Amino acid sequence: MALLSVDDLKVSFVGRAGVTRAVDGISFTVEKGQITAIIGESGSGKSVACYSLLGLVPMPPGRIDGGRALFEDRDLLAMSERELREVRGRDIAMVFQDPMTCLNPYLRIGEQLIEPLVYHQRVSKDEARKRALELLEEVGIRDPATTIDNYPHEFSGGMRQRVMIAMALINEPKLLIADEPTTALDVTIQAQILRLLADLQKKHDIGVIFISHDLAVVADIADQIAVMEKGRIVEHGNRQKIFHGAEHPYTRKLLAAIPAGSRPAPEANGDVLVDVQRLRTWFGDPAAPVKAVNDVSFSARRGEVLGLVGESGSGKSTIGRSLLRLAPVTGGSICFDGTELTGLEGRALKAMRRRMQMIFQDPFASLNPRMTVYDTLAEPLLLHRIANRRSVEEKVLKLMDDVGLARAFVRKYPHEFSGGQRQRIAIGRALATRPDFVVADEPVSALDVTIQAQILDLMLELGKEYGLTMLFISHDLAVVRHIADRIIVLFRGEIVEEGTGQQLFEAPQEDYTRRLLDSIPGRGLLA
Amino acid sequence: MERFIALRLLQAIPVILAVITVTFFLVRVAPGGPFDSEKAVIPEVKAALERQYRLDLPLLQQYTAYLGDLAQGDLGPSFKYPGRSVNELIAAGLPVTAELGLYALLVAVLIGGSAGIFASLKPNTAQDYLPMAAAMIGICMPTFLLGPLLVLVFGIHLEWLPVSGWGDIPGDKLLPSITLGAAYAAYIARLSRAGMLEVLNQDYIRTARAKGLPEWQVVVKHALRGGLIPVVAFLGPAFAGLLAGSFVVETIFQIPGLGRFYVQAAFNRDYTMILGTTVFLSTLIVLFNLASDILAAWLNPRLRHQFGSSR
Repeated sequence: MALLSVDDLKVSFVGRAGVTRAVDGISFTVEKGQITAIIGESGSGKSVACYSLLGLVPMPPGRIDGGRALFEDRDLLAMSERELREVRGRDIAMVFQDPMTCLNPYLRIGEQLIEPLVYHQRVSKDEARKRALELLEEVGIRDPATTIDNYPHEFSGGMRQRVMIAMALINEPKLLIADEPTTALDVTIQAQILRLLADLQKKHDIGVIFISHDLAVVADIADQIAVMEKGRIVEHGNRQKIFHGAEHPYTRKLLAAIPAGSRPAPEANGDVLVDVQRLRTWFGDPAAPVKAVNDVSFSARRGEVLGLVGESGSGKSTIGRSLLRLAPVTGGSICFDGTELTGLEGRALKAMRRRMQMIFQDPFASLNPRMTVYDTLAEPLLLHRIANRRSVEEKVLKLMDDVGLARAFVRKYPHEFSGGQRQRIAIGRALATRPDFVVADEPVSALDVTIQAQILDLMLELGKEYGLTMLFISHDLAVVRHIADRIIVLFRGEIVEEGTGQQLFEAPQEDYTRRLLDSIPGRGLLA
Repeated sequence: MERFIALRLLQAIPVILAVITVTFFLVRVAPGGPFDSEKAVIPEVKAALERQYRLDLPLLQQYTAYLGDLAQGDLGPSFKYPGRSVNELIAAGLPVTAELGLYALLVAVLIGGSAGIFASLKPNTAQDYLPMAAAMIGICMPTFLLGPLLVLVFGIHLEWLPVSGWGDIPGDKLLPSITLGAAYAAYIARLSRAGMLEVLNQDYIRTARAKGLPEWQVVVKHALRGGLIPVVAFLGPAFAGLLAGSFVVETIFQIPGLGRFYVQAAFNRDYTMILGTTVFLSTLIVLFNLASDILAAWLNPRLRHQFGSSR
């Protein structure tokens, strides 16, 4: 008897534009003590399906059109709100994607932790606190006795996710629904959280639904995998079958999207375009500075894609911004095509900026929501006098062709595009000035894996076409290997290792590099 | 934090100085003076009076002399109430005005806050539209119209409440407080609705629901604190505005508060009284703004560390 068995679940959204079927008759089961993964791109209906089981989809606009969801012989879909509330947080708990926004910033974590216990089991606050301390210890929070009274902002992302997990487990639920629990985290932290989830799941013998857009993430932990596309489950099976005997083309597409393989060794010709010597960015009190970037030296040849890998806080973004003079530099030199950039001001700096552009991580935040694609792409062209009023339209349309956006979209606003399309717009904007050098700061981290692969390919292709030199910044070694000719590994503001993708993957010299390699999800299974 | 407060207080000095300067010269531009009246005054007497109140000196000298007195906390003598200083007159009127302002603020927060929260729970339904439409009317309706209307209905037609006075008959404080607070209630309703709507869409509210908490606990425990921060930030300017803007209500209901002194002083060309009240009120506005900014920052744990301790 399965712990949860969902049968022919259908969920729709009723809007002004009519009825949209988000979940179209899906069936799956979750066994006690097993992990069932639901994999699909954003918009595939995987989250809606799971939220609707617990009544967490606002109705209206949501609507359950049919199906059954038997949890311990009771149909969740037929329960009243009151009955469902009893199940929620007690028998079925949830962990959400973004630990930054999912904890209440105004309440101490202790208060938030004990809430489900106090409410569902009528346990006294003191007793609940004792249990909370034990759990915090168990999920690996250091010094719980003091940190339990901290506010969420005093924790890092990974630590917050541990708190979320402790909160979900405090009532010893029978089923845990984890919605993209590691997507917002660095790969190294992701590896830790995945291990923690798998350990706790075994220890407490609970059933888990693990929702993700990335097959690789669940490669090591899932027992059953259901692949969802456009509201339907297109393929379903155990881990072995999905990874080694996938039949549906969509599953194969997902597998192919997992970044793997290095580029062939680069031809070492071309002169040095960017030369960075002993770059240093220190913040704060000069007596005891925070050394964000500490004496980093590297260079990039013309046409080369240089990868910069490190965790959050390693200083990789600061380096990227320093090169474009968007962040303060406390020491060292940055030489771009023979010109020293560190002292440059005014007109000379503007002229240099035309030749150097940046692509940011979050295509939702980095585009001005009140500007159409046309405005966004035309602005740099006009600002740097690359086009005049008459020629600008032709140039904008050409850019749209280059980045693979239909010309018909030219008058649309950013919110009308998907994440991948927005990143295409951002790339178009960066390329508008025909730069020699582009800094791409985590350009694919906010995207689904399938979209990731498309954007990476686009960047490689355009890099060649435009003759670009690129600094590609990411926390994910697998992604960097896919695109970079040479990789620099950064740790706490200093370079620990440098080499081609092949060198780093096959013969890493440093412990830290090995740790990064071990963090790549599903490495064992996919290798 | 101390630095922030000190900086804000320093910034306030030029603001208040500008207020003093503009007011000082503006009242002098107005035709007439404090000792002009229908009855002719003997020139010698008028000259003596002007000498006594330093009005015979050149204007610039009067200005510097006034600033000198002000630096010592002396707002000068009233021109119209012989023998009484402006300090005394303000001290006499302030308690009444402050009490009126406090009640009005209470009305505004209770009615406005609950209407706003109520509306935010079911956005874009009748539960949202009705209180918000009422709030819109509240904002548009001027005090001098609302006051007499309330008096007509509750005082004269229904004969439920007294029509004027302050503290003489039981219940006479009710109508003035509501009249003064109404516009602010409307504003607070809109602020709290917007604040609550924003918070209710946050991910952490979904987390609270996923814990199985009943909806009222989700709202009270998880949403209110964040949602009402904009309201808290508004309380300071609101209270200062209530004090400074109470003269219409005080006139309608015959209340012996600061506002009536203020208006009378303007008619009487009681220069020191006008200046004194203006300086006093503008100082209050600066202080209340600062106080509510500090309170709003303190309510936010991410900003609270500025107060020296994170717990």
